Amino acid sequence: MMNKVSVIIKREYLTRVRKKSFIIMTILAPLLMALLIVVPTLLMMNQEQDYKKIAVIEDGTDLFRGKIGNTKNLEFVYLEGIRISDLKNSFEQAGYYGILYISPEIITTPNAIQLLSKKQPPIGMLEHIEKSLEKEIEKQKLKAYDIENLDEIMKNVETRVSIQTIKIDDSGNVKETSTGVAMALAYIGGFLMYMLVFMFGAQVMRGVIEEKTSRVVEVIVSSVKPVQLMMGKIIGIALVGLTQFLIWVFLTIAIAGSLKSTVLQKSDLQELSRDAARSLMAEETRVQTATSIPETDTRISEFGKLFETAMNQPWGLIIISFIFYFITGYLLYASIFAAIGSAVDNETETQQFMLPVTIPIILGLMVAMGTMQNPESQLSLWCSIIPLTSPIVMIARIPFGVPYWQLALSMGLMVVTFAAFVWMAAKIYRTGILMYGKKTSWKEMWKWLRYSG
Amino acid sequence: MALFEAKNVTKQYGTQLALDNVSISVPEKCIFGLLGPNGAGKTTLIRIINQITGPDSGELFLEGKKLKPDDVLRIGYLPEERGLYKKMKVGEQALYFAQLKGLTKAEAMKRLRYWFNKLDIAEWWGKKVEELSKGMQQKVQFITTVLHEPKLIIFDEPFTGFDPVNTNIIKNEILFLREMGSTIIFSTHNMESVEELCDNITLINKAKTILEGNVDDIRRQWAANEYEIVFEGNAVLPEQEKINILKRHDENGRTRIRFRIRDGIDTNDVLGNALVSGRIISFNPALPSMNEIFIRVVESRN
Repeated sequence: MMNKVSVIIKREYLTRVRKKSFIIMTILAPLLMALLIVVPTLLMMNQEQDYKKIAVIEDGTDLFRGKIGNTKNLEFVYLEGIRISDLKNSFEQAGYYGILYISPEIITTPNAIQLLSKKQPPIGMLEHIEKSLEKEIEKQKLKAYDIENLDEIMKNVETRVSIQTIKIDDSGNVKETSTGVAMALAYIGGFLMYMLVFMFGAQVMRGVIEEKTSRVVEVIVSSVKPVQLMMGKIIGIALVGLTQFLIWVFLTIAIAGSLKSTVLQKSDLQELSRDAARSLMAEETRVQTATSIPETDTRISEFGKLFETAMNQPWGLIIISFIFYFITGYLLYASIFAAIGSAVDNETETQQFMLPVTIPIILGLMVAMGTMQNPESQLSLWCSIIPLTSPIVMIARIPFGVPYWQLALSMGLMVVTFAAFVWMAAKIYRTGILMYGKKTSWKEMWKWLRYSG
Repeated sequence: MALFEAKNVTKQYGTQLALDNVSISVPEKCIFGLLGPNGAGKTTLIRIINQITGPDSGELFLEGKKLKPDDVLRIGYLPEERGLYKKMKVGEQALYFAQLKGLTKAEAMKRLRYWFNKLDIAEWWGKKVEELSKGMQQKVQFITTVLHEPKLIIFDEPFTGFDPVNTNIIKNEILFLREMGSTIIFSTHNMESVEELCDNITLINKAKTILEGNVDDIRRQWAANEYEIVFEGNAVLPEQEKINILKRHDENGRTRIRFRIRDGIDTNDVLGNALVSGRIISFNPALPSMNEIFIRVVESRN
């Protein structure tokens, strides 16, 4: 009997894997994903890397000359005696990226400042300008209090803070963690789970409908038990999903990796040549740029730290639970989808049944996204234990740390529920696939559940 | 000995009774007609025989032994609602069904080659099913039904979709299968083919058996003292108190008269009277067609 299921699995797997659409999707999707990862980074790097000159025009006052420090790729040029209307149409030809216009009301009205540019300025540039101006305005305001040695005091007071997050587990072990890494993992894990369960669950449904509408099903169930056909299909499609997923992961890493390394090499060269140019500059410029050099240093060490904390994540637990929740979650939803597919005569009829099934999946995804912001919320807790949402939500919670009893409870409930759903789905399926031309309702399906063998 | 027996099978779907205490007995090497109007419960009985669904009560026996799950391998079933995977290739698909019936790949290939050649569809092996005509798809389905050489074969409306030529081919294949030792349950609304093929029938209406037995016996039973006499030339059968003329028909210089003999009258008396009316070519009991019997039985019950 097991042999027949494997014959079914083989057919379900091979017919799908050999399809042109599968091959195209499998190859194109990672290319698209790689592009999605690489293009924004490329754009961002290009924007940050490009050396930009910005014209600064102060209207009537002279408070901020030299106060906005140059960075390694931003230069602020203070223009005098030029009105904004003169430069408005010609700043690009003059070699400027944009015009920063500071109105005299700046001290009292914080938004009396404008940046004119042809392109959307990068966020880093805006932050730099805002911070510099804020600092300067604060200084100006403090000056009004006539405090002695203000400059010195200010220098003393200046501090930088960066929070180090450290997680202590129940046994008192200490690990440095990164909320950023946990968030990224939660996001990727939750979304992937949602996508896999939904995409391949829907494929199961379409397969069942195909067999029903083509009337091939009655021939098959005279050779195998309906539940064998259903499980063969579900498992076959799970293997298709797994195959596609593994190829995607592999190709995405390969493509993104190779693209990124070429991009990085290019930018490294640019940086080198620029550093060389800068070292030739005069001493005072050195002082000005000095602030930017440690910044890159901290960036590098931050990256190292990120890597280190990423490695500190409980990878074994994450991977094992991902596989566990994928298998049980997929089985749970695929069996519901199979039952729905068996109850209808064509795909348009599925809509009335789809809504109640999609709601928990979407809810799960939404709660998972919320979990990234607030992993300790009651909603996240309950949704990670209730079986219909738990595959997605629990995967999102694990990177933030989950007590073992909760994980065990969630997994236990999941196993019980998935078994119950497969059992119920098989009963509905058995009746549904042989039922034609009758509009099915939930009530009808409930009746099928109680038919005897 | 009966190859297959169903005893007192009852099946209920919700509040609807699909089979009410139905029994059938199919002798070995017999072509057994399972008849009945739409919705009578035929398909339910067939599904129970195929163990697609189980009966609420009743027992089933194959070769005298209780039907068990593995017996699906000894039964072939061509359902009325049948189809093939449209996107799959013909040969691959036939192989798939054969493997589901427990054949090894090599054995299935050997038998498929034989049958594809026999039914003249060998050149379609590598084509997709959707490229085939309906008749050709039916042939493929016929092959997958009989490939595993089942003891019991169930054909549900096997001739729909076939032209007269192919209908004849399939008819002969069915007779050939019986020669080879298979027992066949044959469900159809086409009563002509029942007369032609079936040895025994069971007629089910509204979940109950209402008529069963040997086809010839049933037709004789329902003949109800009706006879047909044919004269050469124009002849008149004198209207007597002994007979009741039902129909008179002249054709190509012959006279065909159908009449009913009244109760208690001997046929020889009637024949003696007829001898003086003209030259008799034939005198036969007029058997009603299965179609007439079907309609009469079902209508009398409704």
